[in-house]
Parts: sequence; C-alpha cells; structure tokens
Amino acid sequence: MKNFHVAIIGGGVIGSAIAWELSKYKLDVVVFEKGLDVCSGTSKANSGVIHSGINSTPGTLKARFCVEGNKMFTDLAEKLGFSLKWTGKYVIAKNPLESQEIDRLIKVGKKNNVLGLEIHTGAVVKKRESNLSCFEALWVPTAGVILPYEFTIVLAENAVKNNVNFLLETKVTNIKKYEKGFKIETNKGVFSSNILINSGGLSCREIVSMVEKPDFKVYPCRGEYLVLDKNYSNLINSMIYPVPPAKLGVLGVHITPTIEGNILIGPSAEFIDDPDDKKTTLHMMKTLLKEAKEIIPSIPENAIISAYSGIRCKLLSPQQSGIADYRIEESKRTPGLINLLGIESPGLTSAPAIAKEVTKLISKFYNLEFKKDFKIIKKQPRFSNLKENQQFNLIKKDEKYGRIICRCEQITEAEVIKALSNLLHARSISSVQYRCRAGMGRCQGGFCTQHLLRIMQEKFGMKIDEIKMKSPDSYLFTGYNRELKK
Amino acid sequence: MTNENVDVAVIGSGPAGLAAAVSAKENGANYVVIIDRNSWKGGILPQCIHDGFGLEETGNSMTGPEYIQMYIDDAKKHNIDFLTETMVINIDKNKTITAVNKNGIYKINAESIILSMGCREKTRWNIMVPGDRPSGIYTAGVAQAFINLYNIIPGKNIVILGSGDVGLIMARRLKLEGLNVLGVLEILPHASGLPRNVVQCLDDYEIPLYLNHTVTHIDGRERLESVTIAQIDNKKNIVKGSEKKIKCDTLLLSFGLIPENELSKDAGIKIDNITGGPVVDQTYETNIPGIYACGNCLQVYDTVDVLSKSAKLVGKNAVVKLIKNKKSIFVKPGKNIRYVIPQIINKKGLINFTMRVNKPAQNVTLKIKADEKEIYKKKQRWVNPANMIELTLEITHEILKKGKTLVVNLHE
Ligand SMILES: Cc1cc2nc3c(=O)[nH]c(=O)nc-3n(C[C@H](O)[C@H](O)[C@H](O)COP(=O)(O)OP(=O)(O)OC[C@H]3O[C@@H](n4cnc5c(N)ncnc54)[C@H](O)[C@@H]3O)c2cc1C
Ligand SMILES: Cc1cc2nc3c(=O)[nH]c(=O)nc-3n(C[C@H](O)[C@H](O)[C@H](O)COP(=O)(O)OP(=O)(O)OC[C@H]3O[C@@H](n4cnc5c(N)ncnc54)[C@H](O)[C@@H]3O)c2cc1C
Repeated sequence: MKNFHVAIIGGGVIGSAIAWELSKYKLDVVVFEKGLDVCSGTSKANSGVIHSGINSTPGTLKARFCVEGNKMFTDLAEKLGFSLKWTGKYVIAKNPLESQEIDRLIKVGKKNNVLGLEIHTGAVVKKRESNLSCFEALWVPTAGVILPYEFTIVLAENAVKNNVNFLLETKVTNIKKYEKGFKIETNKGVFSSNILINSGGLSCREIVSMVEKPDFKVYPCRGEYLVLDKNYSNLINSMIYPVPPAKLGVLGVHITPTIEGNILIGPSAEFIDDPDDKKTTLHMMKTLLKEAKEIIPSIPENAIISAYSGIRCKLLSPQQSGIADYRIEESKRTPGLINLLGIESPGLTSAPAIAKEVTKLISKFYNLEFKKDFKIIKKQPRFSNLKENQQFNLIKKDEKYGRIICRCEQITEAEVIKALSNLLHARSISSVQYRCRAGMGRCQGGFCTQHLLRIMQEKFGMKIDEIKMKSPDSYLFTGYNRELKK
Repeated sequence: MTNENVDVAVIGSGPAGLAAAVSAKENGANYVVIIDRNSWKGGILPQCIHDGFGLEETGNSMTGPEYIQMYIDDAKKHNIDFLTETMVINIDKNKTITAVNKNGIYKINAESIILSMGCREKTRWNIMVPGDRPSGIYTAGVAQAFINLYNIIPGKNIVILGSGDVGLIMARRLKLEGLNVLGVLEILPHASGLPRNVVQCLDDYEIPLYLNHTVTHIDGRERLESVTIAQIDNKKNIVKGSEKKIKCDTLLLSFGLIPENELSKDAGIKIDNITGGPVVDQTYETNIPGIYACGNCLQVYDTVDVLSKSAKLVGKNAVVKLIKNKKSIFVKPGKNIRYVIPQIINKKGLINFTMRVNKPAQNVTLKIKADEKEIYKKKQRWVNPANMIELTLEITHEILKKGKTLVVNLHE
C-alpha cells in the first residue's frame, strides 16, 4: 500500500485548486472523487461569478479569500487558458429606499478594499444597459464570469500533469486515524496518507464524522437556475443584481451573462433536507422568470434551453440567519486532518486563495520544495473562436478539425477526441460537454450525441451500454436492438 | 481556402433541398450544389422507415429511404454536385456561403441560395418539465435515429410525452420491437399529430392516449426511474388527486418541431415569430434578394409530399428570376387562423396559399378579404391545427394595386 503525503477528499473546485497548488511541490498527493469526473458536485452548478467582495462581512474569511482570490484570476486565466470575462456588475436600486442598501454595500466594499465602486444614476445605467430601468445602481467593475467546470477541470488536469493522482469513481467510505496518519477506505481499496484534506463540499460533515464527532451541522440550501438561448445574449452587457434580500445570506435572483453568450437567471434559495436533491421545480422556474422580468421586462418566456440547480453548503439554519463564515482549519482533536467546512459562495472565487492558505497549513508539516520540472498545460482556444486562416491551418494539420459535429456550438470532431483523451480518463457524455461544449447548446445534444457515440465506440473502444451521461448509473442505452450478423 | 461560383447553392439535402435542386436544374440552372453536414443524403428521411411517403405525389406508398432515393437518383441524373460532411457556418448578404469540411474552408458565391435546413425538435426545457435531470430522456426523433440508423435501444419501459407525429410513429415503432410502451400523454384536449397517425400508430396497437394529461415531475438522480403524470383542466391547472407515479426508464418527448434558422437569422433574414421560418413573398424569396426558403425550415409541413411539391416551385423561382413589381400587399392571419404563407405578395397571378387554424372546429367558413372586399369563401366540414389548409387563388392586378392587406378569417 502506497503512502501519500497528502490525501484530498473531493474533486470539486476546492479540492482541485488545492491539488494544483500542491502539485508545484515535491509531495505525493492523491485525490479521491466519487463522481465519474471532477466537478461533479456544487462546483458545476452555480453562477460562475468571480465576486468582488462587496457582499462579505469585513474581517471574515469569506471577505479575505474572496478579495484575494479575485485578484488572482487575471493571471491564472492567462497562464492556464480558461475563459474569463470581467463583465462588471450592477446592483440596482428600484427606489430611494433600496438606495440605502447600496450605501451599505459601498461601505462593506470599501472596508474590503474593493476598488472602482461607483454610483450611476438611472439615466447613466440606461445608456449602458438599454433594457434596464432603475432609480440608481452600484457599478462594480471588478466582478467577472468564468465557466466553473472549465476552471475546475483545468486545475485538476494540470495537477495530474504534475503527478497528482486523481482517483475517480472512488468513494471514501471510512477513515481510521493511526499515529502517523490516516487509513482511508474506499470502494477501490484502502489508501494511507499523513495528511488528510476534507474538501468534500456538502459531504464535509459526513467525512468529519468518520474520524471524530462533528461540532457543526450542514443545512443544504438549493438554488435553481434557468439558461436562456444565446440568441438573447444582447439583452444585457454586465451582470444585473437586485439589492440582496434581507435574509438567508444569499444575493437574490440575478441575471448573469455567461462566457458562452447564454444568460443565467437565478438562483432561488430554498432550504431542503436532502443534500443530493438537485431537482428543478415548476414553481421555482416560474418564480425565477417572474423575478427576472421585474428587473428586465423584455426577457422572453420561450427562450429557455436548460434548467439546473446547485446546493449551498450552509452551516447555519435559516432561523440562525443562514450566514456563517468558512471554517478552514486543522482539527484540534485530530492532528493532520484539515477541514474545509461551509464553503458556500463565494467559494469559486475564493478557491485559488484558499488553496494557498491550505498549502501554508501543510508547510507546517513539511519543508515544501518546488518541483523543477513543474509544467503548465494551457487550454487552447476553441476552433469556432479562431480566425479563418488559423482554422484553415488546423484542418490542414488534422482533417478532423474540418468535421463540425455539434451544430449549435460548432464544435469539431478533433475537439471531441481531445476532450475524450483527457488526462483524468473521464469519459462520460458530460465529461465531453464540460471540456469542449459539444451538446450544451440549444438542441441539448439532439444532433451531436450520435457523433459522440460513434467516436466513443470507434476511437475509444467503449461499448454502447458502458456509455454514461454523468454518473455511474446514468447509462444511456440498454443495448443493441438486433444482434449484428457476423 | 476554396472559392467557387455557382448558380444555385442549396443548404440541406433533405427532401426539400433535393426537390428544389432538381427543379432548379430542370429550369435551366447550370451549376447547382447541395451542401449537407451529414455523411448521407436525404436529411431526416433515411431514419423514417415507416411507409406512407409519396402517396400523394406518385400514388405509391413508400418508406422514407425509398422515397428519398427517388430524389437522390434524380439529382445524380441531373449532375447536381454534393458536398457532404460539410457544415455551412455563415451566409452573408452578398450571397457568399462559408462552409467547412475536412478539406478546408469553402467560400461559395451563389446567384441564388435556397435555404432547406429542415427543423429540430423542441426539448424538455422548451416546455419546462420539472424534476431531476437523469439519463433516459430523449426527444422522439433522436430515439428514432438511434433505433433506425444505429440499431440502439434507448430503454425498455417507455412513456411518451406529447402527441406530435414523430412521437406517435415512435410509439408504434417501439412496440413493434417488443418494448413496453406505457402510453402517450397530451396536455391538449386533442392530439397534435395527424388523426390518421393516432389511428394507425396508437389505436391499432392498443397504446393508450391520455388527453388532458402531462408529466408533472421527473424522478431519478442517475437514470430515469419514474414520472408523475396528472390530469390537466381547461385552465391548465392540475386536477387535484389525479397525480400518479408511473415507473419507467425512458421518456420520449414529442413537443413538435422548430424550423432551423440560425444561419438565416445571422444573415439578417426576417423571421416570422409564429412559423419560426423566414418571411417570404409568393416566390418564397426572403427579404434578402436571391435567398429563398423551403421545406421544414420555412414552416413545418404535414407531409413530405406537399413539402416537396412546394420546394420544386422554389427551385424554379430561384432560377427564373422574377422581376419584382414595386407594389406589394401583406397577408395576415385573422380570426381563428394561426398563420398564412406567403406573408407578402408582390406579383399578380395564381398564388398557392398554405395556412393553419388555431383549434379544431366543424362546419366553418374560410373567407379571404382584400381590404374590405371578400375575394374567397369556402365552407369546410372540419378543420384541425394538425392539418394544413392549402388553396390556390388568383390575385389580380386590381387587388395588388388597390389593396394593402389580405386577411384570412375562419367563421364559425
Ligand atoms: C446556487 C449557488 C450559486 C453559487 N454561485 C457562486 C458564484 O457565483 N461565485 C462563487 O464564487 N461561488 C458561488 N457558489 C459557491 C461555489 O459554487 C462553491 O463554494 C464551490 O463550488 C464549493 O466547491 P467544493 O469543492 O467545496 O464543493 P463540491 O464542488 O461539491 O466538491 C465536493 C466534491 O467532493 C466529492 N465527494 C463528496 N464526498 C465524497 C466521498 N465520500 N468520497 C469521494 N468524493 C466525495 C463530491 O462528489 C464533489 O465532487 C455558488 C453556490 C451555489 C450552490
Ligand atoms: C428528429 C426528427 C425526426 C423526424 N421524423 C419524422 C418522421 O418520422 N416522419 C415524417 O414524416 N417526418 C419526420 N420529421 C419531419 C422532417 O423534418 C420532414 O419529414 C422532412 O425530412 C423535412 O424535410 P427538409 O428537407 O425540410 O428537412 P431535413 O430532412 O431535415 O433536411 C435538412 C438537411 O439540412 C442539413 N443542414 C441543416 N443545416 C445545415 C448547415 N448549416 N450546413 C449543412 N447542412 C445543413 C441537415 O443535415 C439535413 O440533412 C422529423 C424531423 C426531425 C427533426
């Protein structure tokens, strides 16, 4: 049994960011992820916003990591090649009463050192956002958007490139503490490590309870979203937020332009019992549309191409206000166990800064030494975003770039093959979607699925009943209709 | 980069594209090219292995593949060029097409362009079916392709939501393969597919059709496990106590088709909000001179026979460039009429109109008025939204000169 210096439970954005940060050093690191791919949990289902820090109480870890993380993104995107757009955001006040809330946000923002905040009158806002009417609005230039799954995958694959072991479909079922470290039991065997990092997201309590009695509870809070067709991308230029509702510690239903040109409406906020219950409900879908139309009346009703939900990991119940700070700490009772608890929004934004913090905690155990051969794989731009002569050259190099197999997003066969050849060996339909976007457009895979199946079978030798949508039991087909004659 | 000049470029090799291309050739075009992103010719038809195609056109009932072979052979006879596995990614106002295939990038300059890109199916989210997001949910036409083109079975216990024609046809198809088709649900009080398909695909196979019913919830975190169905009253509310869970591993959706016009929109072609297809004049020319539309990307036709027939006209028009009369009148859907094509008339002569009604009705009268003057009147024993109404009418010089609008009304 191989012993690792560090074992990480959970391949969400937090676990993957930590894995990448640690991969810079001479350490043996393993990540356990129960899903078919990394980014199978909350990290794929959120707003994808790089927050500025105007919403987090000054002095909290949330405020600190959000602001620190935010500052790291431009450089990270440049290095790793994931998409990032500083769209900026408006928080709108519909009347003078709501303006008081804006004054409060400015104070918070200033205390957190958020730069560039401005108040725009309704008329100025109208000039920039012609579909938006409001009394006045707070302009936050340091807010941006990314594709959360792309970011997480890029971090994880870069970690693998630098010899971190990612074990997918590997669920941690029990943990034993012994003097030198941990014995970690999984469905794929037993592993051991000196340090154990619990970045299991919503399962963080379950994981703690494998080692010690937890001193906290998790209150799952579901947020539903609607996704609009790209055809309506010009409805807004920046993110549009209402002033935050007075309760629950959430930001309210907002309208977010995505990197891909779709518009997101959401999220709702609803405390639920089952942290895996990621359904969407008719009631919320209607509510979201209604609330979005109160902000931008011209939002069309018949342009929805998808809906999803993500679950917040809250450490306080709604009766206790729902607002708690992150807990990022070594357990006092179990030395070597580093817990990341209650990593809700702005967790995506904070991930790179949190990873640095965790590395600092680990440096107390090891003298961290940089790898000399640390490598970076930079994600290449998509074929459809290239100039014509660049596209032409790619086709000349590999004719599979000339075969566009996703009609809505114009993704080529070569890009699908590249996605399926990923370093994590993740090969579900959603692994392809999240790496190259085939199947994520308005027809939701109606055209390209047949091509994905062909490529998976012919090029990767997969059997038809082994093809999964997103999770171990999400098979797509029961088999062939008729046996083929030899 | 490959540059080519052609007389007529046709986008899409389905029945519409093939019929239009053949007709363009017959009417004197020299160089006609058909571009299609599929590796095969014929669009959707190779997956439509049921029969009934060609009955109106030829008197013989054929399967989709047989029917389309007729046109493919015709196209070959006429030396029409094909570019397959080729995706058109852009059309510009000067009628230059940009297309990509494994040989590189093509710039095709066309005298006329015929849009025949077909249509796609509405998905779960077009009508917002709530619940989990498991695997096992397919649109009916995608399932049709899997089973008929790729020999793949999507699942064993199947519920079909929506009674569009493709859904009805798939109900029968799956039953014939020995799968368990639990029923077809339709939220409206009437089937949205053709009445003959309800009889031939459901009744004949004892597959239940639940009218005024819908799926209110989808269950299954990974693979579909069950759907909750419920009865709907005439205000579209769920009838209390009518909800029940049905165990199934597959849900097929048949909500209808959306004309595929992303290319058209990007080119600046005006789209009719109701049909989802381009606004055309009586020659099927769009607002960009020299660009025409036909087939299911213009409007969703009932039968391929009627679609091919009008596509032939379009092929002809694209060649015989009509000199445009300055004056034009607008055709508007009036009482109980959903839409009418063409939407614009700018030349006198016999005009072929196609239209649909809003809801089923009996003993009604169809009337067309040119401004205040009635120019057409006909009694109809019954009408149905699923059955397109066709009629031919002489539009005189007088009507064109005096009129501003032509309104089609259906009177009870
Ligand atoms: C509705 C919503 C909107 C949000 N919007 C934003 C935003 O705009 N900006 C922002 O900065 N943040 C946002 N957030 C917060 C952000 O999404 C989260 O903070 C972040 O994704 C948390 O990442 P994670 O890695 O901790 O959790 P997860 O992504 O859930 O990762 C945990 C992983 O652990 C795995 N796991 C669990 N148990 C086990 C086990 N026993 N064995 C093996 N693997 C296991 C899971 O499969 C999962 O992949 C939002 C959150 C929600 C819910
Ligand atoms: C999934 C599905 C299943 C159907 N099943 C039935 C059925 O069982 N029975 C029935 O009668 N009708 C069925 N229909 C209706 C079908 O649309 C018509 O029967 C008929 O095929 C329409 O003819 P068409 O030529 O307009 O379009 P299509 O037959 O769809 O042909 C359009 C062609 O254009 C090509 N194309 C589109 N855009 C581009 C581009 N950018 N570049 C290159 N090529 C392009 C497509 O690949 C396609 O080959 C179905 C439709 C769909 C979408």
